[in-house]
This record gives sequence, C-alpha cells and structure tokens, in this order.
Amino acid sequence: MLRLSLLSSLLLGGLTACGSQPEPTAAPASTETATAAQVIQLDGSSTVYPISEAVAEEFQTQNQGKLKVTVGVSGTGGGFKKFCRGELDIASASRPIQKSEMEACAAAGIKYYELPIAYDALTVVVNPGNTFLSTATIEQLKQIWAPESQGSITRWNQIDPSWPDAEFKLYGAGSDSGTFDYFTEAVVGKAKASRGDYTASEDDNTLVQGVAQDVNALGYFGYAYYAENQDKLKAVAIATASGAPGVLPSDQSVIDGSYVPLARPLFIYVSEKSLARAEVKAFVDFYFANVADLAREVRYVPLPPEAYELVKKHLADGKMGTVFHGEPATAVTIEDLLSREASL
Amino acid sequence: MAIAAGLRQTIARAKRNDVLFVALGVAALLFAACTFVALFIDMVGDGAARLNGDFFTQFASRRAERAGILAAWVGSFVVMLVTALFAVPLGVSAGIYLEEYAPRNRMTALIEININNLAGVPSIVYGLLALGLFVHTFGLGASVLTAGLTLALLILPVVIVATREAIRSVPGAIREAAYALGATRWQMVQHHVLPYSLPGILTGVIIGLSRAIGETAPIVTIGAVSFIAFLPPSPVSSSFPFLNFDWLASPFTAMPIQIFNWTSRPEEAFQANASAAALVLVAMTLLMNALAIWLRYRLRRNLNW
Repeated sequence: MLRLSLLSSLLLGGLTACGSQPEPTAAPASTETATAAQVIQLDGSSTVYPISEAVAEEFQTQNQGKLKVTVGVSGTGGGFKKFCRGELDIASASRPIQKSEMEACAAAGIKYYELPIAYDALTVVVNPGNTFLSTATIEQLKQIWAPESQGSITRWNQIDPSWPDAEFKLYGAGSDSGTFDYFTEAVVGKAKASRGDYTASEDDNTLVQGVAQDVNALGYFGYAYYAENQDKLKAVAIATASGAPGVLPSDQSVIDGSYVPLARPLFIYVSEKSLARAEVKAFVDFYFANVADLAREVRYVPLPPEAYELVKKHLADGKMGTVFHGEPATAVTIEDLLSREASL
Repeated sequence: MAIAAGLRQTIARAKRNDVLFVALGVAALLFAACTFVALFIDMVGDGAARLNGDFFTQFASRRAERAGILAAWVGSFVVMLVTALFAVPLGVSAGIYLEEYAPRNRMTALIEININNLAGVPSIVYGLLALGLFVHTFGLGASVLTAGLTLALLILPVVIVATREAIRSVPGAIREAAYALGATRWQMVQHHVLPYSLPGILTGVIIGLSRAIGETAPIVTIGAVSFIAFLPPSPVSSSFPFLNFDWLASPFTAMPIQIFNWTSRPEEAFQANASAAALVLVAMTLLMNALAIWLRYRLRRNLNW
C-alpha cells in the first residue's frame, strides 16, 4: 500500500517537474516520510566527518544494513541550515550553534540536544626546516594573524627580533569553515577576524603541501592532518603568555586542559523529534558507546569517560538546548561545558 | 627575371608559413596530449594497485584498504539512467519540433537563442535552480530523482542542439519525396527523418551523458551525501506490482563526490583510492564515448541514400 502511494506520488512529482501538472503538494510529503522512516540523516562539519563516518560504518555493519545512515559534508554552517529546516536528524559541528542558527531552529520549532563527542586540537605547524620557531605565544600568533597586520607585518623579525629577516607565508582555513571561526576567536579574539593575505583552503591537504614545501611557511589545521604528516611538518608549542611553558598538542595536553585555547570540543546536535524514532535512538546510543575508540582511530582525542557518562545522563534526563547561548567560546573545559545551564 | 625571383620569394614565404602553422598546431596538440598522458600515467601509478574486485563491491570505509566505490558507481549509474529517461525524450522532441514544425518567427528565434545560451550556463546554476525547485518546492529531497532531473536539465540544451544538427543533415529531397507519396508530416518524420538522424542524435545524447557523469557541483548543491553504505532499493520486486519506484527517492552518492571526499582525507592511503576511483570514472567516460562512436558507425552503415 505504502509502495503504491509512493509510486503514484513519485510519478506525480515527476510530472510536476515537467511542468505539465502544477498541482500536488501533498504527494512529495509522503515520499519524505517513507524515506525518513528508514534512513538516519546526518550532515555538517567536515572536521567531524571522519568520526561520524566511522560510527555510521560500524553501526551498519553491526545491524547488517537493516538500519541505514547517510553522512553528508555540508560544513558546520550548511549543516545547521538544513538541521533547522528539519531536513536532518543529526547535525555535526566543529563549533557551538550560533545565535542566528538558534533563532532559525526556534522559528521552525526544532528542539535539539547538544552533545559533545570528542576533542580536536587545532595545530599550528611550520616547515621542519624552521629552526627558530618551536614555541609561539598566543600574543605572537595574534600579531601574525590579526586583520591589522595585513600588509604591515610580513617578516619573522617583526614578531621577534631574534627571528630571521625573512618574509613568512601563511596557510589557513577558508572563511566558511568552523575551524576558521574557532581559530580567529581563540587567537585574534574575534570570530572571523583574520588578515586576508594568506593561502586559504577548505581542503587541508592543500595547506599541508604548502607548509611542507616552504621553509618560511606557517599554517594551522586540525590535528588529524598533522598526525598523518608528521614527517613533513613540525608542530609549534603554544604558550598562553610570554614566559609560560609551551604546550604541544597531544591526547594528554588536550584532556588535562593545558592545550588552551586551541583544543576545541566537537559536537553533534540531535533533533528531539528524530530522537523519538527508535532507529535514531539506537544510533545515538551506539554513537556514545563507541565514539571514544573510533575517534582515537581517526586521530581525534576522546573525552574523558566521565564526560561520556554525563552526556548520556543529559540525554536520559532530556536536557535540551545549547550551553553556549549563541555566544562563541574558547578554552571551555569539558566539565564546565557539561555542568552549565542550557537554553534553546 | 625580377618578376620570377619575386614570385619565388612569395612562394617560399608561403611555404614557410605553412610549415610554421603545422608546427604550431602539432605543438598545441602535443601540449594537450602530453598533459593528459602525464596526468593519466600518474593516476595509473597511484591507483592501479587498488583496482581489484573488492574495490567495486565494497562500500566506503574509514580504512582506506577496505574502502570501495560500490555506492558511488551504482549511484552514478542510476542517476545517469534517470537523466537519460528525462533528457532524451524531451530533448529529441524539442529538437524535432523546432526543426520540422516550428514556424519561423520571433518566438522561435527567441527560444533558439535561449537554448544556445543555456548550453553555456555554468552547472552550479542548475544546481541552485534544482535546490530551490526540486528539493524545496517539490519536496523531492536529495534523491536519485532530483539528481537525475537536475542533470537532465543540464544536458537538455546539448541534446536539443545535437538533434537539430542531425535533423538538418537529412537532405530536403527525402522530405519532399515522402510528401509526394502522400505522407503526413509526422509520418515523414517518423519513417524518414528520425531514423536517418538517429546516429547524430545518439552521439549527442551520449556526449551529454558523459558530461553529466563527471559533474560534481550541481549534485553537491542539491545535497548528495558523502557516506552511504546501502544501495537504492531494487526496481524489481517479487510481489505485485513487481516494479517499484522507491529507488528514485533513495539518497545517493556519485563518483565525483567520492573522489573529492578521498582527496581531502588526511591519510595518504586514501589518495590511492581517489586515483583508482578517478581511473574508473575516466574509463566510464571513455566507454560511453566509445559506445557513441560504435553506434554511429553501426547505424550509418544501414543508411543508403
């Protein structure tokens, strides 16, 4: 019966598309429910993609394909756009949901759970041939990346007189990515504030190649890209103030909170309506039962076990909404994040 | 004497120019061919080792050595099927109408100009149109049907133009002969013009499809997914009515998306997968073009006028 109605709705839909029958709007809706009932739709951040892909792969192997998941890569912003239109069950994000996105979700009546899944350590890298730069302070990075520096600060010795008199080349995330938003917020102090005269790419491999081939290059991207290319790149230790010890990105430094402010939590946002469906509930449960191992496998840093317990508790208690209230935030510990009050 | 010398000089200069032009042409050709050959060899070197049976029968995976292109090639195939099902009848009918029926007036001229312009519109524009129209207004979602319709729109101008060219190459005498025997216009088209122009039409259709199969921008825009580990449901079922159209509503991924996804992965091993998948895509395109050439040859052989 369902099949028949689907068939007719599709045929009608097809006809409408040809412009010969401009009528039915109810028909495509039944198409949507028919697919939505089987397929769990997840979309969003490209940074979170490897984790979600790994979870989706294992989930389907374990269910022998009975429950179906699709994972898209629309970017954090693109994912939220679809999520707040009700087209997704789960949105993945490399930054918390923003004010405008919260409003869009509220307007569409979409309630959601904000669930941290793992950490990524944004890594500042230089060419291995760079001998003078092994630790950088946030202040120095700000000097390098601030919008005011464009055109005026272009040589290493302008940052530190002991560094060589050579022009540096910068490589960084494209302005559409959550990585860009987070890095500028954490380093420059204002989201999306960055100089423009650098090589920007959404494809991190381009940035890896650029830094690996130029001794005067400096770049930043997610830890996974550094981890896979350690022979071609050198990570720069980050010091919060001059004189403070530099901290290199690692599991340890991310979890104990010393790799600030470039350790960032990654999230999935699960729609309340979708979570009521048994298959979505099963997937989310599976996600949190396995994400620690799978995240490590794809080079991300899992949260401490207590944090996952808290996340599960929030789910069970029905604690919805975001704890960031639409404000960008950096250097938030996971304990703090999980104990804050949430708003929708 | 002086005239002969001058003439000889002119001839020598013309011959020199001739040689120069040939050299220029060969250089241009070599440049293009060498670039392609170099890229192709590089791709074979990187990807050939990954090309085995499993690569075609496995879904994507986080482990490069276990990842395959099953969802991608099946997705590309079914999307092409829908594209052809819509673009061919529409495009060929439009071409026949414009060439055989349409009165020569301003309206027709306007339509012709528009079709020629549409052939040059960037594919992302079709993607945006489809996102608004098929995905949101008609609520078809990021489905096989949406992608097929989008790509059908994209290649429609190509099919129409190819159809018209092919029909135009049928001599007018054949039409007059048919009319002389009392044929109606449709009989003339059906029995003569269409069969004779079929080789040209098919070539146009296949060239259009081989353009569509490599398109990434429009299908990314409508929201094709990157990871999918199931195939669209089978179009044939064991119970009444035996045919089902669920596959049209299924989410999908396609070859270019899979390739792009792999090239942007941090692990080196995925680059080999990307090369192998790109090889498969090149092979698919070459196969389609070879089919076009073969069909044209076969069908032309049967024409004797």
